[in-house]
Amino acid sequence: MKKLNSKFWLGIIIALAFYGIVQVLLTTGVFNDVTRSMLLLVGVNVMLAVSLNLINGITGQFSIGHAGFMSVGAYTSAILTLDYDVPFILAIIIGGIVAAIFGVLIGMPTLRLNGDYLAIATLGFGEIIRIILLNTEYVGGASGLSGIPAKSTWTIIFFFTLFTVVLINNFIRSTHGRACLAIRENEIAAEAMGINTTLYKVIAFTIGALFAGMAGGLSAHTFYVITPGSFNFLKSFEILVMVVLGGLGSTAGSIVGAVFVTLLYTYLREFPEWRMIIYSIVLILMMIFRPSGLLGKTRINFGKLGKKEAKANGSIDSSTP
Amino acid sequence: MLTVQGINVYYGAIHALKDLSIQVNQGEIVTLIGANGAGKSTLLKTLSGLLKPKTGSIEFLGKSITNQSVQAIVKQGLIHCPEGRRVFANMSVEENLELGAYLQDGKSLAADFERVYSMFPRLLERKKQQAGTLSGGEQQMLAMGRAIMGHPKLLLLDEPSMGLAPLLVQDIFKIIQEVNAAGTTVLLVEQNAHQALKIAHRAYVLETGRVVLEGDASELADSEEIKMAYLGH
Repeated sequence: MKKLNSKFWLGIIIALAFYGIVQVLLTTGVFNDVTRSMLLLVGVNVMLAVSLNLINGITGQFSIGHAGFMSVGAYTSAILTLDYDVPFILAIIIGGIVAAIFGVLIGMPTLRLNGDYLAIATLGFGEIIRIILLNTEYVGGASGLSGIPAKSTWTIIFFFTLFTVVLINNFIRSTHGRACLAIRENEIAAEAMGINTTLYKVIAFTIGALFAGMAGGLSAHTFYVITPGSFNFLKSFEILVMVVLGGLGSTAGSIVGAVFVTLLYTYLREFPEWRMIIYSIVLILMMIFRPSGLLGKTRINFGKLGKKEAKANGSIDSSTP
Repeated sequence: MLTVQGINVYYGAIHALKDLSIQVNQGEIVTLIGANGAGKSTLLKTLSGLLKPKTGSIEFLGKSITNQSVQAIVKQGLIHCPEGRRVFANMSVEENLELGAYLQDGKSLAADFERVYSMFPRLLERKKQQAGTLSGGEQQMLAMGRAIMGHPKLLLLDEPSMGLAPLLVQDIFKIIQEVNAAGTTVLLVEQNAHQALKIAHRAYVLETGRVVLEGDASELADSEEIKMAYLGH
């Protein structure tokens, strides 16, 4: 237990050291603006990928409507800072909460569906949100909202990202996370063991939506402008690519996948028409040569906080390959 | 211990269980035999709450559980070990067992592990192994062990011998008897009527959703009707 906690703090220290180094490089001007916005995008994408991984990878519910939740958070927080002068951080959090409420509302009816049907329903949800935004005058219709204050800084995005990773990773390693894993492995058996499968599916969906909403808010306050088009199904697909590339079910994998895809995205900026082709080729190669993802099922070596969960954790750690 | 009275269960338009009544007494092994589609698995699913009866009542330990949730039913000690083993394939043996104790408070976890491992020494040898890589017999042991981790008062076993080699079938049946001797009441669904009748105290014969025969297992095993229909001689 002690050891696990110290591992947890070691992870935090490494993350903080990374933060400090980047912060110094940013303030001294070693990193230019392109690198800076790439770093912000990495943070946002890590949040999106890690939260989608909780739904798709851990709980095994194939959802491809993540951009929908992202847009709910983005629009909510942008309206709050633009029209109501709500403090930035609070606006992001409210954006996340509103997205989470959508998560519950969408999750309750759709999570009765399985596999392909759930994928179609969540895809439909994402598109509905987009069409509604497109046709709402108040949020600017097709031209979206612009002039959003660019308040997302490296510091803010870093700590939101760290918070997301720590919280979701702790959830995965708790009894609740185990219940979600059991649902992925075998839903009927999970139910026969007394796990409330609907409840846990909705919980996973809601937590995923919460962080997707926050990520949406942060990205809106990074790039000044949001349009309904930036949250189309290609965006959902992009997040899914990150998760699958990194390894479905692995938090560390989702982080690696998000970083990888963001780098690809940034460096292919000058050849946008090639981007989707390269995504596809990378995915195909991945499925052929490493079907379980870059990191497979590797669990993040982060230990965890708290002692109640630490007990159940012993067996996880020792079984990690 | 368990009293089922006149339940009717439907799969959509299909009337799967028709006015079915059975009784299981404390300490017994009761077996349900019958052909495919007779409603045996449906009955177990209804008892554990995975399906809801349209009419009729189910009473467990003197309390009605007819419309309770699966979680509430499992908590009261009626545990279903579903057909086809259904182990959590990507988890280790140990993690599978832990999930069996999901609704327990964790105080007796160590003792429960010990009890299951002493019942199934093979599982102890393989406790770190992924469940999906176990043999069929070992997976069946794991599924049973997992159910036992939940402190069953009444254990519902659905086709535990399915797809196993004859020698393993013997082992599994021996284990069922041991579990029963240790104080757990067992309701057993089996295709292997011959073996099931050998270890059971009482039996029900199901045909197209109805109980067509019931009685002492040994009597049924001797009856000409059963011999002709299910035992093949």
